[in-house]
Amino acid sequence: MAASLPLAYLLIVTVEAGPDALDEILTERTAELLLRSVGLAAAVTTAAVAISLPLAWLTVRTDLPGRRTWTVLAVLPLVIPSYIGAYTILSALGPQGLAQDVLQPLGVERLPSITGFAGAWLTLTLFTYPFALLPIRTALRRLDPQLEEAALGMGRSRGNVFRTVVLPQLVPAIGAGSLLVVLYVLSDFGAVSIMRFDSFTTSIYTLYRASFDRIAAASLATLLAALMLVMLWLESRSRRSGALYRSAPGNAKAPPRLALGRWRWPALAFCAATAALALAVPVAVLVYWSLQSFAGDVRWGEIAEAAGHSLLASGLAAVIAALCAMPIAILAVRFRGPFSAVVERLSYTGHALPGIVVALALVFFGTRVAVGLYQTLAMLVFAFVILFLPLAVGVTRATLLQVSPRVEEAARSLGRSQLSVLRTVTGPLISSGMLTGGALVFLTAVKELPATLILAPIGFETLATEIWKATSVGFFERGAVPSLVLLALSAVPLYLLTIRE
Amino acid sequence: MSSISCKGLSKSFGEVRAVRDLSLEVERSSAIALLGPSGCGKTTTLRLIAGFEHPDAGTVAVGGRTLAGPGTFVPPERRRIGLVFQDYALFPHLDVAGNVAYGLGRGADASRVGEVLGLVGLSGLGDRSVEELSGGQQQRVALARALAPEPELILLDEPFSNLDASLRAKLRHEVREILVAQGITTILVTHDQEEALSFADVVAVMSEGRVEQIGTPEEVYSRPATRWVAGFLGDVEILPGMAREGSVECELGTVRARGDLEGEVDVLVRPESLAIDTAQPPDRPSKEAVVVSRRFYGHDQLLELRLDSGRLVHARRLGFPAWHAGDRVRVWIDGPADVLARDG
Repeated sequence: MAASLPLAYLLIVTVEAGPDALDEILTERTAELLLRSVGLAAAVTTAAVAISLPLAWLTVRTDLPGRRTWTVLAVLPLVIPSYIGAYTILSALGPQGLAQDVLQPLGVERLPSITGFAGAWLTLTLFTYPFALLPIRTALRRLDPQLEEAALGMGRSRGNVFRTVVLPQLVPAIGAGSLLVVLYVLSDFGAVSIMRFDSFTTSIYTLYRASFDRIAAASLATLLAALMLVMLWLESRSRRSGALYRSAPGNAKAPPRLALGRWRWPALAFCAATAALALAVPVAVLVYWSLQSFAGDVRWGEIAEAAGHSLLASGLAAVIAALCAMPIAILAVRFRGPFSAVVERLSYTGHALPGIVVALALVFFGTRVAVGLYQTLAMLVFAFVILFLPLAVGVTRATLLQVSPRVEEAARSLGRSQLSVLRTVTGPLISSGMLTGGALVFLTAVKELPATLILAPIGFETLATEIWKATSVGFFERGAVPSLVLLALSAVPLYLLTIRE
Repeated sequence: MSSISCKGLSKSFGEVRAVRDLSLEVERSSAIALLGPSGCGKTTTLRLIAGFEHPDAGTVAVGGRTLAGPGTFVPPERRRIGLVFQDYALFPHLDVAGNVAYGLGRGADASRVGEVLGLVGLSGLGDRSVEELSGGQQQRVALARALAPEPELILLDEPFSNLDASLRAKLRHEVREILVAQGITTILVTHDQEEALSFADVVAVMSEGRVEQIGTPEEVYSRPATRWVAGFLGDVEILPGMAREGSVECELGTVRARGDLEGEVDVLVRPESLAIDTAQPPDRPSKEAVVVSRRFYGHDQLLELRLDSGRLVHARRLGFPAWHAGDRVRVWIDGPADVLARDG
């Protein structure tokens, strides 16, 4: 229930303001913002699909050398938060960036500016395309190869078969992946703020910081939330009709791999270029700046403190989210009914809302209702839980769905009360799901920027805010070490998650 | 004294009336099978007895103790009823011994686990993970787990349907032996008529939430109460007939009839009760027919015959001698015929 509170409160504030809020929304400026944000989302999505389709096909359906390695490398950019990505791209390719230094002797005086649309587009494409790649890969792997064989047997060429048989079956996956990318871009704050591209999120932040009258920020936030909900509704619809692929269940036959021949060289070049831009460049830039900063004085104390804060806030959020996920999942799976459906749906509202919207809502909530909580760690953790609870609920729910209710009934027929069954059977069986859910929440919360910026207690710097504050004013050296520490911190749960699989 | 007594049980899920006014008595130490197609309410009946559903009306009593009824509801954990499910529902996080010991509670005699495992033929497998076991072994663990706390009653919910055919019959026989030896009252829920007929002392045939007929396996098979029961228990041909003084006359001639019905009746002809030959049998009347088609199964063959009237009937005969499409044969009903009142 608590999860829906901020959204409701945001709505109340907006409605309270009534005509004022309407005035704020119905301006040319809003229309322009809407166009810019949607335009960016569309451009990023197109580029992400354009990268993902060939990557997925090459790694699943061809004899590309090192397919496994390329797959891992292609998915890895997902762990780089967009603000670190933006920072590395900017400091590498920007007007006074590293590329400039390299090109200087060749007579290149000044690279064209990369900030604005181009920078935001490039950054978000490079660090969100795995959202599209993963579902497309999964769909490609599940395709029934017999359909293609049948088409080939009817005398169609391979290219024609890809267009008429394979591609149509991938449409649901492409749609689902695209929507994930769109949702990410619309709610992103880090990349657009560093690249100085005016979007919904940056405008909300600027309005919030600049004025004491926060109605304008709230109105924009409500509008953004509405936009996200529309997208989410589209996503849930696409998922419902997403059972298009796989015509023969249980058909375990692996799809045939196409021999690339001499085409493998351009294919390898393509994979390598993607990995270089999305992975090698950021890491190299971070290492370069870190080495630079070692020459000066690295403020280890501050970095350690920020890391401690990141750990504390994200760790608490992970534990609380995992614990909350259990009753919600059990309610949703075992006690189906209108009440449990509402509770489950409400727990997902956080998923629909960008961090900045939830943060803003909690600011209103904190300043007007829960005054004691405003600008405390508890409020920040609460925001994290609202935002990322769906991750924990999703995994726990999926785990519980694999536990047959007959197992619990068998336990009860053997003389154990419901509570005892929960402790001795259901609990142990879904603990792995809760652990995974907690790790996912930690992984996401430790990277979260706007909610931390707005809600953290005064003086409570985390790695995310350190990096953002340093790089948004151009101190590239200062952001490098915290970025590496942040990546290392998220590598731990990520490693735990992958070895479990 | 009866061990289980259900009276007027009813249960609806929304618009669906899963169980309607069902009454059932099962004698101590006997085995009853609830037999019916999917959706007939047999599993709901089982769950009402086990305590996983609350009845809308009616009572459930086991051994004279009312478990569910007006103002009474004993939760499943206090009913002392053992359950074996179709998917076995073993605890995957516990080993074999852990599964069996689960219902014994703390401080229970540890030797009981070994004793029960011996009973089901799994001695020495106590420290195995349940996922390492074969389907048949998992089934035995499920049975051992249900038997360990010495329940008054064991409920088996389609327990054999996940096993392959050869193992199914063998395990069914073994389980029956174990339960008889332990003297435990058993309810078996199944949609497989062969399983119900071969396992139980009493078969209750269910349809649309009601018990259509209850009786010994022989009774429900050879003297079905309704045409539906007759059809559900096996292939059957229903011919119009006229009963008179212990005999019935139908298209296949006049034969002795079971029961004492008079007037217009339905004659039930099972494929195995039709005899055929090339020549007229000397001692009884027969009719002429043509073999239309033949399906060969090895141990027997199923023949489709067209009578002179154009009616098609089926005869199941031993695999040899082989008959062929186009053969002209004599056909008659072998033995007394089962008859039903018309509109039965």
